[in-house]
Amino acid sequence: MNITLHVWRQKDAKSKGRFVKYEADDISPDMSFLEMLDVVNERLVLEGEEPIAVDHDCREGICGTCGVVINGRAHGPRERTTVCQLHMRSFRDGDAIWIEPWRAKAFPVIKDLIVDRGALDRIIAAGGFISAPTGSASDANAIPVPKENADLAMDAAACIGCGACVAACRNASAMLFTSAKVAQLGLLPQGQPERYIRVKKMVAQMDLESFGNCTNHGDCEAVCPKAVSVDNIARLNRDFIKSTLIADRRVAVGVEGAG
Amino acid sequence: MELNAKIPSGPIEGKWEKHRFDMNLVNPANKRKYSIIVVGSGLAGASGAASMAELGYNVKCFCYQDSPRRAHSIAAQGGINAAKNYQNDGDSVYRLFYDTVKGGDYRSREANVYRLAELSVEIIDQCVAQGVPFAREYGGLLDNRSFGGALVSRTFYARGQTGQQLLLGAYQALERQIGLGKVKMYSRHEMLELIVIDGRARGIVVRDMVSGELGIHLADAVVLATGGYGNVFFLSTYAKGANGTAIWRAYKRGAAFADPCFTQIHPTCIPVTGEYQSKLTLMSESLRNDGRIWVPKQKGESRPAGAIPEEERDYYLERLYPAFGNLAPRDISSRAAKRVCDEGRGVGPTGLGVYLDFADAIQRLGAGVIGEKYGNLFEMYERITDEDPYKVPMRIFPATHYTMGGLWVDYNLMSTIPGCFVIGEANFSDHGANRLGASALMQGLADGYFVIPYTIGDYLASTKFEKVSEDHPQAQAAKAEVEERIKRLLSVNGKCTIMSFHRELGQIMWEHCGMSRNRALLEEALQKIPAVRERFWEDVRVPGDGDELNQSLEYAGRVADFLEIGELICLDALEREESCGAHFREEYQTEDGEALRDDENYAHVAAWEYAGEGKKPIRNVEPLTFEYVPLEQRSYK
Ligand SMILES: Cc1cc2nc3c(=O)[nH]c(=O)nc-3n(C[C@H](O)[C@H](O)[C@H](O)COP(=O)(O)OP(=O)(O)OC[C@H]3O[C@@H](n4cnc5c(N)ncnc54)[C@H](O)[C@@H]3O)c2cc1C
Ligand code: FES
Repeated sequence: MNITLHVWRQKDAKSKGRFVKYEADDISPDMSFLEMLDVVNERLVLEGEEPIAVDHDCREGICGTCGVVINGRAHGPRERTTVCQLHMRSFRDGDAIWIEPWRAKAFPVIKDLIVDRGALDRIIAAGGFISAPTGSASDANAIPVPKENADLAMDAAACIGCGACVAACRNASAMLFTSAKVAQLGLLPQGQPERYIRVKKMVAQMDLESFGNCTNHGDCEAVCPKAVSVDNIARLNRDFIKSTLIADRRVAVGVEGAG
Repeated sequence: MELNAKIPSGPIEGKWEKHRFDMNLVNPANKRKYSIIVVGSGLAGASGAASMAELGYNVKCFCYQDSPRRAHSIAAQGGINAAKNYQNDGDSVYRLFYDTVKGGDYRSREANVYRLAELSVEIIDQCVAQGVPFAREYGGLLDNRSFGGALVSRTFYARGQTGQQLLLGAYQALERQIGLGKVKMYSRHEMLELIVIDGRARGIVVRDMVSGELGIHLADAVVLATGGYGNVFFLSTYAKGANGTAIWRAYKRGAAFADPCFTQIHPTCIPVTGEYQSKLTLMSESLRNDGRIWVPKQKGESRPAGAIPEEERDYYLERLYPAFGNLAPRDISSRAAKRVCDEGRGVGPTGLGVYLDFADAIQRLGAGVIGEKYGNLFEMYERITDEDPYKVPMRIFPATHYTMGGLWVDYNLMSTIPGCFVIGEANFSDHGANRLGASALMQGLADGYFVIPYTIGDYLASTKFEKVSEDHPQAQAAKAEVEERIKRLLSVNGKCTIMSFHRELGQIMWEHCGMSRNRALLEEALQKIPAVRERFWEDVRVPGDGDELNQSLEYAGRVADFLEIGELICLDALEREESCGAHFREEYQTEDGEALRDDENYAHVAAWEYAGEGKKPIRNVEPLTFEYVPLEQRSYK
């Protein structure tokens, strides 16, 4: 099949970007989207041009490295599918495809289709963990976890941190990402001691990183390649409200800051 | 070169305990005076960096991805072994130890493997405490499944995303330390050289992959946790960026490279479809718990799978290995698949494929149960092949998946360069000539959480460190070499793409040094690879500049190293004149086509020592002795 690509090219963070048109001829429908870009890039190099910079690594939908907006939709047309798992059979001969990077203030473009998603790591560093220093654990079966909780925790934990939720959100909010971690850890008995301080710190960091607010549109869930549910956002909101009450109590008994 | 494995004396059950007591400790108040570099943020690197920071050391951690959470450990699907014996089915530390030594075809160190089995139990505890959502039974307790090469259920899993969940656990521990300021993280930084000063590893040269700037980082010890080098085969189940550069640089600075030819070919991957193919996708071994592998009995069969009646199917693993059936170990299953395809009984458009069929399991358990166990794998298969495995059997074929070989390390996980430690897949340690399923995650985490934090302390406490600075001639020389190599790559300006060379190398490796090997093929490869390498340096085109984000330049550097690593792999395969585990030399096989070891001459680790540019490397030997698991021919019948 023959495809026309319009690709966002931007030399570096400081330069201005623009769409550039490329013809991708003789593309097999069995190619993955990234394999199609490989072919285009090989041709560009042989013609003496700079290949298109695009992030990817595992190419099996799990590392969360890949991620571009294809025809206005994060990760392209297929539901629950990362760019690297998308195949050209999802397109038709003669199609025009517009490819651009995630657009969000918190994700500055580094080059072409590559953005800086370091803000997501910083949200985790702020509190997205259970403090369990190596060696301190008790036997793994000491605390039973209801299967349902374990399953729901796993649903939330499936997040690959790609940032599509932010890219799809009209406010560029990182709420789905943050709530997935808050919910996972909050659903497990091991996560209880830090439950409320965790949500506070993570939300505070999220705000610091110039992500927008969540206004419950749900575009995030729609593009999430792992179908992480907006139910997690509700869980975060509940925990967040509770955390403000608990913090008040902590101040009252003079233990604020102990977390 | 002296290879002292430093295995503690005494009975195997007490070696690690005794060693922990004998090792020197660093006074808690002094720990913050030491700095440690960890290259890699996979299971091994992230768990090691976090644990050492928790102890109080100053840690710098590096990875080439944009976040430590994306290391390729994330892609591990099936599970992690531990001798918990929660299923009460007769498992024990000793049995896991025994299975691993036997599974590795008696080419690993007993003492290391015993320690691994011992620590496996603590890993699961640690991960659960961190919030890893392992699969559970209705009673709330942990669930297990079986993996190849074992007759007990000792594999813990989190759906088909076990690696992801374990890595996120370690990553979160790492991020916690980053937040506390005890670890400084350098994402999008690639290590391109090791700095050795006065015979000790004291730092690394890295390239900032965004600005292109080269930097020198110094420390008291360097830990390499950079994963496997299987991308030398081009097509593999590794991430595209996975590389051998870090360990290859260390090799060239004096770290011995052990058993490079022990490369694992995984039996169940999605077959190649076209020339543009860029990677191969694994279908987890756990599928073999319920899937049955078969090919038609007839050569050149053209009917679709569903139209082939039961009696005309050959469930060859069940037929050949009745005791283990579809769960025969990887090396054995892969070779069996190759054999039936060589006989012309392979399936799919290329004839390079066998069926992995769930029809029976779906009938027995229902599609719902199968979906719950393997849903994400089925979905992944459907995405790639456009076929629905609930309806038609999967087609699978072996692919390069793991490297048992790696830098030689002693019992303390230190390489032959003092102060350079190697953990995870990057070292050679525990899997011998064949790794059993669900054992790499176990090893990576054992190394990172429970071994390196102790052994590095012993090294630091017993070493006197001179103060070094970036101006040190050795540091500057290492940096200059990197600069020179980059300049050279950018200035060839030839006519061929980097990928074309990588493909060509991969093709040679697969055909000459893949599932089965022989003298003639290997000798031919040893002619061909240097020729490709020469052409690479004359005719490769690396666009762009060094002082910018340049994915071509990154890739070119990795391929340049693969072109050297490939040669060492073939040399090692040539000089190991026996068959063992994944290393199958056609000249050495039993009457029924199984690997025939030569314990008299080859019960050893081959540790290759770099001898200089253009010189043949030196093959050193560490003899292996088997006191606890008696040497016998591996049988899974
Ligand atoms: C598809 C797949 C499925 C698997 N399934 C299982 C399973 O079910 N069970 C099991 O036990 N094992 C499994 N394995 C094997 C196992 O996942 C790996 O062996 C293991 O995760 C390796 O961990 P690691 O920490 O050693 O390296 P990796 O996770 O590969 O991490 C390497 C790290 O090093 C960094 N790095 C590499 N080179 C450089 C450089 N030059 N400069 C800077 N940083 C660098 C990378 O950025 C990365 O952070 C699987 C492997 C694959 C590929
Ligand atoms: S490249 Fe890893 S998720 Fe797409």
